[in-house]
Amino acid sequence: MEKIIKGKAFVLGDNIDTDQIIPAEHLVYSLTDPEEVKMYGKYALSGVPLNSSGLPSGGILFTKETEYESEFSIIVGGSNFGCGSSREHAPFALQVAGAKAIIAESYARIFYRNSVDGGFVIPYETQIKLNDKIKTGDELEIDLVGNTVKNHTTEELYTLNPLGDILPIIEAGNIFEYARQNNMM
Amino acid sequence: MGMTITEKILAKASGRDKVNPGENIWLNVDVLMTHDVCGPPTIGIWKREFGNDAKIWDKDKLVIFPDHYIFTANPQANRNVNILREFAAEYNLPNYYDVGTDRYKGVCHIALAEEGYNVPGTVLFGTDSHTCTSGAFGMFSTGVGNTDAAFILGTGKIWEKVPESLKFTFEGELPPYLTAKDLILQVLGDITTDGGTYRALEFDGSAVFAMQMDERMTLTNMAIEAGAMNGIIAADKVTEDYVKARTNKPYELFYSDGDAKYRQKFVYDASKMEPLVAKPHSPDNKDTVRNVEGTKLTKCYIGSCTGGKLSDFVNAAKLLFGNQVKVPTFVVPASTLVAKQLEEETISGVSLRQIFENAGCEIAQSSCAACLGGPMDTVGRATDGEVVISTTNRNFPGRMGSKKSEVYLASPYTVAASALTGVITDPRDFL
Repeated sequence: MEKIIKGKAFVLGDNIDTDQIIPAEHLVYSLTDPEEVKMYGKYALSGVPLNSSGLPSGGILFTKETEYESEFSIIVGGSNFGCGSSREHAPFALQVAGAKAIIAESYARIFYRNSVDGGFVIPYETQIKLNDKIKTGDELEIDLVGNTVKNHTTEELYTLNPLGDILPIIEAGNIFEYARQNNMM
Repeated sequence: MGMTITEKILAKASGRDKVNPGENIWLNVDVLMTHDVCGPPTIGIWKREFGNDAKIWDKDKLVIFPDHYIFTANPQANRNVNILREFAAEYNLPNYYDVGTDRYKGVCHIALAEEGYNVPGTVLFGTDSHTCTSGAFGMFSTGVGNTDAAFILGTGKIWEKVPESLKFTFEGELPPYLTAKDLILQVLGDITTDGGTYRALEFDGSAVFAMQMDERMTLTNMAIEAGAMNGIIAADKVTEDYVKARTNKPYELFYSDGDAKYRQKFVYDASKMEPLVAKPHSPDNKDTVRNVEGTKLTKCYIGSCTGGKLSDFVNAAKLLFGNQVKVPTFVVPASTLVAKQLEEETISGVSLRQIFENAGCEIAQSSCAACLGGPMDTVGRATDGEVVISTTNRNFPGRMGSKKSEVYLASPYTVAASALTGVITDPRDFL
């Protein structure tokens, strides 16, 4: 597991549901064929209404129209990130687009499990609401040992909730690696 | 301290005498359900992780219903059904319900009930967030992603955090213009879309136990709209009769103890409640129908695991009988059995199907259809600028198609009343 994650922030509002993360019409693509997998990066977060895509200004696409990967690697959300359907395509699409971590006040259960058990993105909980403090494009640095996020653009430092019970699964890579290491399969 | 029904079922499935909310436990799974959107990637992960000689932990406990993207020309969607078909053939799966055959059932959550997979006291996982629907049968059921499902497919086990429970008691008699949909929209408005996160929603009270299974399933179905892990209703004679008519599997009845601990309890007088909607763009954006009546509509939609059951169509047909819809109105029976029942059930000697056809509705084949938008050629899909009222479960931006559409969620009565006027209309104007 990486100890430091650095990258540009992409800021979203509260209750970002899985239809906004990856709209249902794109769920037909293979999750293994490399050419089709690219489509998940292209359409990641394409369901977010444009005026709330890339806060506070809005109007910023997570993945540019002609691209398959995003320039943003850390997503900053509010409460109830990933609510809605059970589609694992959602954290997968964010990973394919190049996202490494999400920092949000809270997560919907299935999205959180999928992110961790599939080893797609690290879902960190923030202690306070950060999607009104961090701006899209800010340069962030997450310290996975100290459980903090530093905003290099504003020089502010915020504490994140420790990953707790799920840290061993994240460290192992996914639930299968974790199960093998613990002689469960 | 006693236990809730959810805690008792999870204790049994984990081989313990007692479990406490917040504990992570490993569960033995009784049924794993998947479908055409999440089945193929689940199979892919299972093969990757368990190798070429991977074994399904128990073929009798695996149930596969293609249901999401069925009546579409989309080649990738059709390929996904083919992957399920080949998988079922390769492993000689007994519980695969193929498209294009007499076995095709339609929407998985309704088919699980109809085919006898919902068994009180058991634990059911599915690769769909609305798997919580099965909780109406006094069982634990919840949705998971492909990775967790692949893990279950190979091991029959999965970890889960024991949820705290919230209790919703509906006392009194439900007035003839209300349905379970109005009750759950009230709950969602009260606790919001994350008020149930990592929690169980337990439904209780005389108004709940007066309902048939169709209506009870509407309550548990939308537990996920509050972010809940599961929704649950203890089994009674109505449940037992339904189950016994469909399966001879043994079942065990569990009930919450009188001194069970709840995070919060809510009590409602059902007789005093009102027809409700969830306004765009969230299922918790509750308002009374009266407050939004007159809102101009472009489309009405009756369908899905939430609002496409026989009882939903009976209710809608009561209003549409002998009348004409003013805006395009889609009738999508959740399952092929419900589609058949539309031809068999009558009001004053006229079949429900004929009532809908006479009213000018478009009747589509059984599948998830436009509830979740789907491929571009999906029947009833919302386009730019549309204002839809629907019996379905979600109205987040773009859920039914275009992110430039608006969706109101409501009961079959309210949707039917609105279809007759072309604007959002309180069903009490017709009943």
